[in-house]
Parts: sequence; structure tokens; C-alpha cells
Amino acid sequence: MTDRPIKVLIAKPGLDGHDRGAKVLARGLRDEGFEVVYTGLRQTPEMVVSAALQEDVDVVGLSILSGAHMTLLPKICRLLREAGLDDVLVTAGGIIPDEDVPALKEAGVAAVFGPGTTIASVAEFLRANARSRD
Amino acid sequence: MTAGATDDEEPRPANPEARAADPEARAADLEARAADLEARAAALAEQTVAGDRRALARVLTAVENRTPLAEPLLRRLYPLAGRAHLVGITGPPGSGKSTLVAALTTAARAAGRPVAVVAVDPSSPITGGALLGDRVRMQAHSADRDVFIRSMASRGHAGGLAGTTTAAAAVLDAAGFDLVFIETVGTGQGEVEIAASADTTVVLEAPEMGDEVQAIKAGLLEVADLVVVNKGDKPGAQRTAAQLRSMLIAGHGDATGGSLAPGRPRPRQPQVLVTTAATGDGVGDLLAAIDRHREAAAGRDRGAAQLVRAEAQVWAILAERLRARLHDDALRATTNETLRAVAGHRLDPYAAADRLLDAVDESPARRRYSREGGSE
Ligand SMILES: Nc1nc2c(ncn2[C@@H]2O[C@H](COP(=O)(O)OP(=O)(O)OP(=O)(O)O)[C@@H](O)[C@H]2O)c(=O)[nH]1
Ligand SMILES: [Mg+2]
Repeated sequence: MTDRPIKVLIAKPGLDGHDRGAKVLARGLRDEGFEVVYTGLRQTPEMVVSAALQEDVDVVGLSILSGAHMTLLPKICRLLREAGLDDVLVTAGGIIPDEDVPALKEAGVAAVFGPGTTIASVAEFLRANARSRD
Repeated sequence: MTAGATDDEEPRPANPEARAADPEARAADLEARAADLEARAAALAEQTVAGDRRALARVLTAVENRTPLAEPLLRRLYPLAGRAHLVGITGPPGSGKSTLVAALTTAARAAGRPVAVVAVDPSSPITGGALLGDRVRMQAHSADRDVFIRSMASRGHAGGLAGTTTAAAAVLDAAGFDLVFIETVGTGQGEVEIAASADTTVVLEAPEMGDEVQAIKAGLLEVADLVVVNKGDKPGAQRTAAQLRSMLIAGHGDATGGSLAPGRPRPRQPQVLVTTAATGDGVGDLLAAIDRHREAAAGRDRGAAQLVRAEAQVWAILAERLRARLHDDALRATTNETLRAVAGHRLDPYAAADRLLDAVDESPARRRYSREGGSE
């Protein structure tokens, strides 16, 4: 109904200390007209979910390089559902092998963006799939 | 409207277009919609006050996006606000506002006080997008149920806040938080709206590298109840504090004339403190000074400060309502014709304003719903 910007949380769960990719995505999405909440490095699943809840975001974008995606991502999806945030779109990016993607989708990740994905195509996916606000 | 309706009752047209053309059906639809909004607002407000954080987050979204739920929500929650201490934190970009809010929150939580934060960052005037990065500094509190942090984009509103920040702070106040910190956009001079939105305004400065404190900061210092030189670990912090103190003594009384927040009570000469937000040094003293400011103001300035805030809020709503009235079915034609007359220089804008005020006076008030009756 309104044309309010879509609100996106960009979080970096896991223990690795590089958030360059996440920052580039956050800035890129800002330039695409999104309101992007950036939370920084080393987020636990609980921290991600509490930020998503307080900020009432439409999308949670998770950037992950540490290889722990098969434990962290399903856990975040489950905690989001438990917090009543089942209408929030969850996407992931970073280094995630193709063979893991089906299991992640099964767990609730709507899309997995590989290293070559452009910001424009991420933006397009979010516009098409984020919940509509009233 | 049930299948058992009696024969003499006119059947209501079922398709939406026909319904829209039938004034009675339209009125019934509007009333049903208003009743539905009221019921949803009542439930959400109740959950919010009971401590449901998801409900609180949704209320804030409704307020921020000015959805139809916002007004019935605020009508319910506003009367419950007024207990929290609203503390504005402003200062140049990178001076350490978010880090200081996090450190103040740590100090307040140690005393068991629930804390809410509204952190405002600028929206891009071109794309409308925004990067809201203040939470990065506040992550230590993200697992704490009694800390609630909300980022807001300024959405084109000038003055260092978003247009709905004051309303958001009132919601957090009503939700029972003891302290509500409002972090402004990293601000230059002139953006002093925060002083009208907070009970206590803290202005941050970083230590000066040069010899003299820039005089340009006077605009911001005018609205300060407390001045803080942050990054106390850096060389020059104490010197900057000393310079600010002498500047404030020299400028006190006359430099504040023609303040940008008219009607705001003149602060006593603000205290200047030094903090190191990164380590927490001096932050306990700052929180104590913030508390003292409110206590000292309680009998004196606080009533006046609240009056300024009330006026700003009511004024904004009044302007919105007036505009809506002038564009409703009864007055739209008069309004457009009057504006065209001004555009064509056939009428001066003052006479136009008077004419529109008269028109509003004469047209019957058409409230969508009233709190008491539910219908007019
Ligand atoms: N040395 C030192 N650095 C600090 C201190 N407080 C904050 N910083 C650093 O200053 C930088 C900016 O801090 P923020 O808290 O993000 O500043 P801000 O005023 O909120 O910034 P904006 O919201 O972007 O205007 C960060 O790198 C902080 O780590 C301090 O007391 N000492
Ligand atoms: Mg900040």
C-alpha cells in the first residue's frame, strides 16, 4: 500500500573477521533504495534474531564465510520462526557450496547468492519476494 | 446482510463499485474499517504495554510508516507516556555518539534500569535508501531483554531526526523504558530539533587537533544541557574541555538570544564533561549528571520543555489535519481555485490563507471516527 523502503538487516554471523563483502552489499542496497540495518561482525544467531525483531525488518541477509553455514543458517531460520518472524525473507551469501543449497532452502533460506551475484540482482530478488507492508 | 434479511430491507449491492457509489454502503464500510483498525490498535497497544517486544516493534513500524494504525495506536499509548527520561545525544559524525549510548546503557543496566534507544541515520535524498549502522556499536546489549534498540532513517526530514522520532520515543516511553536515548544524525550546526524532543540534550565533541575550538559549534552548544568531550584517551581532550568551558562562560546569556528552539528555557550554563566511551571512563559521572539535570529541571524547566515538545507535536498534526480538510470532498474545489488565484496573482497569499481558514470554519467537520462514539 505504501511505497516505504524495504527494510533489510545485513548480519555477519560466525567467527571469521572479514566483513568487507557484507559492507559492500549493505552500501549497494542502500544505493538501490533499501533501508539497511548493518550489525557488524561475529553475530550469534540469537543476536541476529533479536536485531531482526526489534528493527521489524522485512529481510534478513546473512553473509557467511566461515564454513559454519550448515549449522548457523538453519538455526537462525528456526529461531526466527520461534520468535514469530516467519514472514521475514531470509537470504544468504558468501561461500556456500552448491551441494548445500537444497538443504538450506529446506531449512528456510529463500535464496543463496554466490560470489558473482550482482547487487542489482539481489535488489531485484528482494523487491519481488519481501513481504508487503501495510 | 445475512441470508435471512427481511424483504423491506434494501439489498446492498455486493460488487465493490456499486458499493462505492452507494453512500450508505460506503459509510458502513468506512465504519467497519475504522472499527477493525481500533480493535487491532487496542490489541497491539495492550501487548506492547505488557512487554511484548514484537508488538512494540510493530507499533514502531506503524508509527514510522504513518500507516492507518498509527493514529489509533498513538491515541492509546500517548497517555501512558511521560514517565521516561528522554535523553538526546547529538554531535558531529564519528564523535562517538553510538559508542557513548552503548556505554551509558551499560551503566544504566548495572543499576537495573530498562533502556531504549532510537538511533537516526540519514536517508539518501536521491534513492531514499539509508545505511543504519549505529547498532554495530551497541551489540553488547543485543541479548538483553531490557534493552530495545531501534534504527530509523531520517526520510528527508531535516533537523537531525526523522519526522516520527518524537512519536517513536513516546511509544518507547509508554512501553515502560526508564531511559530513552535518542541518537541524532551526525550533525553540523543548526540541526537542533533534538532539544525540543528530549528532556536532556547532550552535545558531543571530539578533541580538537587544532589550537582553537571552532566557533561554528556555537549553534549546537546553544541547545546543550550537557557538553561532553568524548575520546578522552586522545591528546587534547582536557584542553578542548577547558576551551569549551571558557567559551560557554563568555557566550552565556547573549550568544543564546534568538535561539533556534524558541520558547525553550535557557539552560543553566552547561557542565562540560570528558568521557572515553570506548572504555567507559567518565561514563558513570555523565549518567549521574544526566539524572541530576532531570531532577533539577523537574520543578523548573521540565514543564516548559514539555510544553515546547507538545506544541511542536500538536502543530505538526494540526498542519496535517488542516491540509487534509482542505483537500476533502467539501473543500477541494475551493482550495484549488484559491491556489490558482494566488498562482495567477489575482489574490495575495495572505488573503488566500484567510479565505481558506474561513472555508474550513464554515464547512462541517468530517471526522472519520471519534474516540468516544465510533461514528459521528
Ligand atoms: N579512541 C576512542 N575512540 C572512540 C571513542 N568512542 C568512540 N570511538 C571511535 O570513534 C568511531 C566512531 O564512533 P561512533 O560511536 O560510531 O560515532 P558516531 O558519532 O555514532 O558516528 P555517526 O553515527 O556515524 O555519526 C569508532 O571507530 C569508535 O570506535 C573513545 O572514547 N575513544
Ligand atoms: Mg552513530
